[in-house]
Amino acid sequence: MDSNNNVMVFIEVRHGRIAEVSLELISAAAGLAAELGGQVEAIAPGHRLEEELPRLGHYGCRRVYYINDPRLTHFTSIPCARAVIETIRRHDPAVVLFGATTRGRDVAPRVASALKCGLTADCTDLKIGDHTIKDRTYENVLLQIRPAFGGNIVATIVSPESRPSMATVREGVMKMGTPDPGREVEIIPESIPFSDDDFISEIIEIVREEKQVNLKSAQIIVSAGMGASDPEALGLARELARILGGELGCSRPVVDAGILDKEHQVGQTGVTVRPNLYIACGISGQIQHRAGMSEAKRIIAINRDPHAPIFALAHYGIVGDVKDVLNKMIKAYKTKA
Amino acid sequence: MGLKIIVTVKQVPDTHNISGEAMKEDGTVNRAALPTIFNPEDLNALEEALQIKEAVGGTVTCISMGPPNAVEVLKECLYRGADDVVLISDRRFAGADTLATSYALKCAIEKVGGFDLILCGRQAIDGDTAQVGPQIAEKLGLNQLTCVAAIAAIDERSITVKRSVEDGYEIVKSPMPVLLTITGSANEPRSANAKKVMTYKNIGKELSSLSYDETYMSVAHGTPVLSHIREWNVEAIGAAPEQCGLSGSPTKVKKIQSVVLAARESRQIANSDAGISGLIHELIEENIIG
Ligand SMILES: Cc1cc2nc3c(=O)[nH]c(=O)nc-3n(C[C@H](O)[C@H](O)[C@H](O)COP(=O)(O)OP(=O)(O)OC[C@H]3O[C@@H](n4cnc5c(N)ncnc54)[C@H](O)[C@@H]3O)c2cc1C
Ligand SMILES: Nc1ncnc2c1ncn2[C@@H]1O[C@H](COP(=O)(O)O)[C@@H](O)[C@H]1O
Repeated sequence: MDSNNNVMVFIEVRHGRIAEVSLELISAAAGLAAELGGQVEAIAPGHRLEEELPRLGHYGCRRVYYINDPRLTHFTSIPCARAVIETIRRHDPAVVLFGATTRGRDVAPRVASALKCGLTADCTDLKIGDHTIKDRTYENVLLQIRPAFGGNIVATIVSPESRPSMATVREGVMKMGTPDPGREVEIIPESIPFSDDDFISEIIEIVREEKQVNLKSAQIIVSAGMGASDPEALGLARELARILGGELGCSRPVVDAGILDKEHQVGQTGVTVRPNLYIACGISGQIQHRAGMSEAKRIIAINRDPHAPIFALAHYGIVGDVKDVLNKMIKAYKTKA
Repeated sequence: MGLKIIVTVKQVPDTHNISGEAMKEDGTVNRAALPTIFNPEDLNALEEALQIKEAVGGTVTCISMGPPNAVEVLKECLYRGADDVVLISDRRFAGADTLATSYALKCAIEKVGGFDLILCGRQAIDGDTAQVGPQIAEKLGLNQLTCVAAIAAIDERSITVKRSVEDGYEIVKSPMPVLLTITGSANEPRSANAKKVMTYKNIGKELSSLSYDETYMSVAHGTPVLSHIREWNVEAIGAAPEQCGLSGSPTKVKKIQSVVLAARESRQIANSDAGISGLIHELIEENIIG
């Protein structure tokens, strides 16, 4: 088959709205497709998405295959996987991307298994490059970059001998482009011959809940101490955690003061964490706090007191006012090249 | 009623306690220097299986694919109350990615046969992929319920679970057979039972390609006791060798970089726009942040 070089994105819908991660992936796909000489496409299984789908165009998507069925209003594995598998078979993209979300990581492996192709989980970066196996060089393959071994190594994975190359990509790592309302997406209805047996999972109840804190598995933690406990500083710490895709932690006095829930507390009487990056904001670094975070792979300490004990532990020390430093960090990250 | 429950368990390097020596000069992982542990969420899957068995009756069979010493995690399963365990081991399984792993496990599960529930950990801490469970389900043509944080109800024909998702949770019901992936918040895994440790600590392994039957259990004092741990190779599970291990794995590792610091060196960063944006770029380049 004379193959195309298109990059396809699985569109995740949450409560009737396109999830942000899908727009991030459309933006990333635009860059990859430009390098490959292909176009950005999307697969959207769902219902009543007519008003949402045009937004995909604003971020650079050329056409979206829309599988419209009332039974797809809520995500379940089998029909969603079938829709994706069929659409990929019909349109043969070179690359398919999914958000590394609960739903993306539920459906992507089923698709990869059915198509017998490679799938790399939880990527933090994607590039295009060449890869040589024995004496054959594959040009313009997807380089899938991800941390592994608990974040101790960064691996570049390729799957040039199977098509398409598939990856799930962590939320928040790809930069969302600036939407251009002038760009249009072609909405192509795609019909999938579902059988009733596909809808084997029955959704009994859906409950929206404020995201619970999950410090233990967080790779990035921004932690607020008493020096960052006023609303403005705490807001900045929260904002930095959010844009880095991390969680908000804190020291014990912040919990004792009733400012944050106990779930956020790091330390001897809180949670022990080993993230790749721990940013201690206005934390003095007493032993009981250190007991919970000293094994973080990288520690950045922000404190106005140059003699604060936390600096002895930090890989990077920044002496200064926490609000000032956090503002600079947020700005630097948002304007990253 | 009696449910037949299969649990897949993996022996993994303890990636949460990696020291400097665990990384070789060239940035690759020195597996020999790493202690191995029972993959944490697989302990939760086993615990959930044991609780279901205790609540409604049934048997729990644990399957692991790995090198010969992966038998250790299977013994841990017996210590906690598993009825039966099988080791899938063969040099030809080495280098398997998730596609080849799920293929081998699917073959082994088919050989065991007759199951109502398959329980996997949500993910293994060596790769954090969370792919093997759904891929086994697809290969067996089974429904799947991933990221299960609790079991809400179970009867002879169906199971209802709570799945955690980004913006809350959902309660979903599926008929059996079905495959579940269990998260760390589902339960508090029990520890080994001293009596069972005594019974099984010296249990041997036996290479076997016999069809799956239950004659290897000796019924002494009413409760069946496993006489040995069966080990199955490529032929025993009827797998196609080219779909196993490295040759059955479409993904290839192109490059590996270590991110462990050589030593704890502390650097002072200037509190200026240039200083901080330099730090952010450094962290992005080193893949610490995206
Ligand atoms: C049995 C026991 C168990 C404990 N368990 C825990 C535990 O699990 N976790 C825990 O965290 N603590 C625990 N503690 C408490 C611990 O001893 C410390 O009291 C606590 O960690 C201090 O928190 P902190 O650093 O946020 O506050 P402080 O010690 O008050 O330090 C605040 C820091 O912020 C800096 N600062 C102030 N304003 C600014 C600004 N504008 N800009 C920059 N920097 C600023 C200050 O220089 C100071 O270093 C425990 C104590 C005991 C006795
Ligand atoms: N080699 C293996 N042997 C048995 N079970 C496995 C193996 N690899 C993965 N699994 C199961 O699949 C789950 C997900 O693994 P992973 O996709 O590697 O994150 C694990 O928690 C195990 O239950």
